[in-house]
Amino acid sequence: MSFLFSSSLGRKLVMAVTGVSLIAFLLVHCLINAMVFFNDGGATFNVAAEFMSSNWLIRTAEIGLFVGLLLHIVQGLWLVGDNRKKRKSRYQIDGGSANSTWYSRSMGLLGTIILIFLVLHLKHFWVVSRFEIPHGITEEHTLFHEMVEIFLNPVAVIVYVLGCISLSYHLLHGFSSAFQTLGVNHKSYTPLIKSLGVVFSIVIPLIFAAIPVVMHLGLIK
Amino acid sequence: MKLESKVPQGELSTKWTQYKSSVPLVNPANKRNLNIIVVGTGLAGASAASTLAEMGYKVSAFCFQDSPRRAHSIAAQGGINAAKNYQNDGDSVYRLFYDTIKGGDYRSREANVHRLAEVSTNIIDQCVAQGVPFAREYGGTLSNRSFGGTQVQRTFYAAGQTGQQLLLGAYSALERQIGLGNVKMYARHEMIEVVKVDGKARGIIARNLVTGELERHFGHAVLLCTGGYGNVFYLSTNAMGSNVTAAWKAHKSGALMANPCFTQIHPTCIPVSGHYQSKLTLMSESLRNDGRIWVPKKKDDNRAPNNIPEEERDYYLERRYPAFGNLVPRDIASRAAKERCDAGYGVGPSKMAVYLDFKYNMTEKYGRAEATKRGISNPDDATLVALGKELIEEKYGNLFDMYKQITDEDPYEVPMRIYPAVHYTMGGLWVDYELQTSVPGLYALGEANFSDHGANRLGASALMQGLADGYFVIPYTIGSYLSKEIHTKPIPTDHEAFIEAEKRAKDRINQLMGIQGTRSVESYHRELGKIMWDKCGMARNEKGLKEAIEEIKALREDFYKNVRIPGSVDEFNPELDKAGRVADFLELGELMCHDALNRNESCGGHFREEYQTEEGEAMRNDNDFTCVFAWENKGENNWELHREELNYENIKIQQRSYK
Amino acid sequence: MGNSMKINLKVWRQKNQNTTGLFETYSVEASPDMSFLEMFDVLNEQLIEDGKEPVAFDHDCREGICGMCSMVINGRPHGPKQGVTTCQLHMRSFKDGDTVVVEPWRSNAFPVIKDLSVNRGAFDRIIASGGFVSVNTGSAVDANSILIPKDIADTAFEAATCIGCGACVSACKNASAMLFVGAKVTQLSELPQGQAERESRVVAMVNQMDAEGFGACSNTGACAAECPKEIPLSVIANLNREYYKAKLNGK
Repeated sequence: MSFLFSSSLGRKLVMAVTGVSLIAFLLVHCLINAMVFFNDGGATFNVAAEFMSSNWLIRTAEIGLFVGLLLHIVQGLWLVGDNRKKRKSRYQIDGGSANSTWYSRSMGLLGTIILIFLVLHLKHFWVVSRFEIPHGITEEHTLFHEMVEIFLNPVAVIVYVLGCISLSYHLLHGFSSAFQTLGVNHKSYTPLIKSLGVVFSIVIPLIFAAIPVVMHLGLIK
Repeated sequence: MKLESKVPQGELSTKWTQYKSSVPLVNPANKRNLNIIVVGTGLAGASAASTLAEMGYKVSAFCFQDSPRRAHSIAAQGGINAAKNYQNDGDSVYRLFYDTIKGGDYRSREANVHRLAEVSTNIIDQCVAQGVPFAREYGGTLSNRSFGGTQVQRTFYAAGQTGQQLLLGAYSALERQIGLGNVKMYARHEMIEVVKVDGKARGIIARNLVTGELERHFGHAVLLCTGGYGNVFYLSTNAMGSNVTAAWKAHKSGALMANPCFTQIHPTCIPVSGHYQSKLTLMSESLRNDGRIWVPKKKDDNRAPNNIPEEERDYYLERRYPAFGNLVPRDIASRAAKERCDAGYGVGPSKMAVYLDFKYNMTEKYGRAEATKRGISNPDDATLVALGKELIEEKYGNLFDMYKQITDEDPYEVPMRIYPAVHYTMGGLWVDYELQTSVPGLYALGEANFSDHGANRLGASALMQGLADGYFVIPYTIGSYLSKEIHTKPIPTDHEAFIEAEKRAKDRINQLMGIQGTRSVESYHRELGKIMWDKCGMARNEKGLKEAIEEIKALREDFYKNVRIPGSVDEFNPELDKAGRVADFLELGELMCHDALNRNESCGGHFREEYQTEEGEAMRNDNDFTCVFAWENKGENNWELHREELNYENIKIQQRSYK
Repeated sequence: MGNSMKINLKVWRQKNQNTTGLFETYSVEASPDMSFLEMFDVLNEQLIEDGKEPVAFDHDCREGICGMCSMVINGRPHGPKQGVTTCQLHMRSFKDGDTVVVEPWRSNAFPVIKDLSVNRGAFDRIIASGGFVSVNTGSAVDANSILIPKDIADTAFEAATCIGCGACVSACKNASAMLFVGAKVTQLSELPQGQAERESRVVAMVNQMDAEGFGACSNTGACAAECPKEIPLSVIANLNREYYKAKLNGK
């Protein structure tokens, strides 16, 4: 199994597999978050949030998720660094825009922005939901309340929206790229995967980004 | 000097089999102690180097390009012949043999050609086994097409990239042996001297083109697989780097040069467009399967080709040669084009071109067939064109794209403009049946030798010959020599023969670098090319050839006074490489003119204006010239002519007719 | 012959592998019908006349098949046109007065020999590591005894048209050679002849590719977009699949 960390293809496999898992996670995360749109004062959302933080199966999967995330980050940054070293003498003119999209060439940068956002995001919600709320759950102190409170701050809203834009572009390349790395390339399925990827990369971050915005505007209470 | 062809005794069809069964062998333990040098890594070189290494010999291979995969065999487009008779159209080894002899205008050696036809079938098997992706039919069997000078479909192909696919097959076999350590590869190395010890070839001096260093390499035998010398004409379909240097150094070390004036002018090339032109691009002969050649019936007709009505077009090949039509051999098609253009019927801006038109076959042959297949009754013209275009695209797409890229004209819409250009040289180092030159231990394979194509090569036969020599001939015939060399210990490269050869090479380089004149190498090459094309090209005459000899002499003298080579010796210096090659062309050109001047007949690609029939067809003189001209170098641009008589025991020599 | 055009060239000049290079500026009178390399011929003749050193560049067949020519023109390998090599790029793709920047393939795995010439020996070593079918001369069966469906033959052929020029590496931001390796692996894994060594081949070739110092693939697609032979990106997916399958089987 050492090839997963030594061979270029093995390392890409790690990126693809963890990437696909993270995509799956994003879907679940987004569905749960979307429950705030019921506009029931967070009642439904809180039930789901509590389930996620108390179910032992979810908690176990969460460990896997973190391992995957960590692998994705470490392997990703390591690869970006390594790849950069393969061309010591740089081109005078970068013709990249003629043959590829800027975001496909900027996965490291986009990933890093997401990482910075993530640190903040985990501090805001994950730490709270896992370590604070379970110890002192009250009617007033729910995850929903936490959201409402945080998104009162316009800076937080902007940071979250920027994070979601980065995520969108990261996914725009990452989604179909993961399948390509996994060796899925087919006359009829690949265009389907690509379209699905585009829809996913736009819709999911859009839903994520909508929450802080509507909360800030007080449309959801 | 007596030329000994070493053709085995016996019935023609059994000569090769008997030879193989009786040639001395070298046992595996001894093979490991025998070094073979292979110069050139095209089809002949790569196939020879890999096969000899597979057999156990220690091989060193050299090429001047940056990788063995770039040799010019890669550019062959149309296909490779083999007497497989997969199409059930009556093909056989004998027919391929017969077609090749006849196509060569009865100027090649029967036994060699028969052997070539025999092994042709093995080549296809070998290449398919290597994974060469030949074109296939829906049932999974191999597909064939026709080429000039034949009435059967025996040409195997891979779209318009057959040479590339075959070379990549041979190259992969070679790389495999390099990986296994059986071949040591020297890329970006040019052979510039043969080393002879006691009259036998024992090694080479090679120049490392990156560092400029001269290197000495020992071999029990030396194989030259260095291709042809068409670049003596400056403009040709050869690669820019294709050169005669290795063969010429061998010639100057005693190997005879045979029939050097036998040059193939390919009828279908893209015409010259300007004085800066560096090379000419071939449009595969396979296009003549579906393209019809014509010129306007009216002189100086300046109408666009599509505006010239059918009845005002002269399909001159179909008119003159009804039996073979557009598929006459190359020499005949080329001359016919020249004849029309010289008579004032040429087309295009330079008036030195004829049309190659696909419209008829695109609509009537392919369009209609496809319409029938799809059940479209009474298709209109637009439908026929659309349907036909799809099929034409599948068959020749890359060639059409290339044509469009170069000329900025769309050949799906307007006919191609084509004109003959130098393509291949049938002449080359004289070799016997074993492919050995007149220097013991020095062999020549592929286009570098003269052996199989007589005075004209048929389409799709060059690939066949290169691979035949490398895969299936030399591995046997070299045993005859090496079996006697098993006691020869490797000669250390500080032997005086190596020192002397290296000194000769070094002196020559210093001489060139020392001139520091005013003219570029390229300008000399261009001027030589023009002399050769005008006076030793598609048509030659005594007066022109004599003039050419004097002009070349004068040009050579000027070259050694006024050439300017920038840079230094001990670095990557392409101008110096080119200068060495042009210096050799300046000598070869003269010999070609002597050869053409001495051959008082017309045959194949050699057309002497003094010797033609009333209809303008080539007139051979079988009584005096059924022979090979083999030239021995006598130093200072003097040569002595030797003749090898050609005995036709199995084929009755006839007037070649494609009417 | 069309009108004359003036081209300003900024060309990378580097004496050898051990020196650092720099750009020099030249001006050339060209014709629209010239190929890009013929324009360089004109430049070089001019330089020689002026007693200067000509620009070293690799080229051979000049008909788009040998894979020797290699110039990055205004940031793009083989220039602005799709599906052609530098030798098949014509000056009509440029305008009178254009400034054109010409650089060599840049990648650690392709060290510069001089000016625009680079060493692509790494590709040969990758092929030597496994890009072949191990079949000695003389041991083949009759060609038609191996039936190959036309679509498989066509896929294999499409992959086999790679000319090994290295444009893929030069275009890739990671200097990855995946398209080159993928093309050869696809050709041989599709064909029945390549089955015996299918797994060992892909592992050996990938190992060699990594050892040569090429980067990892990040699927930007630049390689396929710049490939003069238009080798599709699917060969990379195929390479991935073949490699993982081989690894799964413990190769």
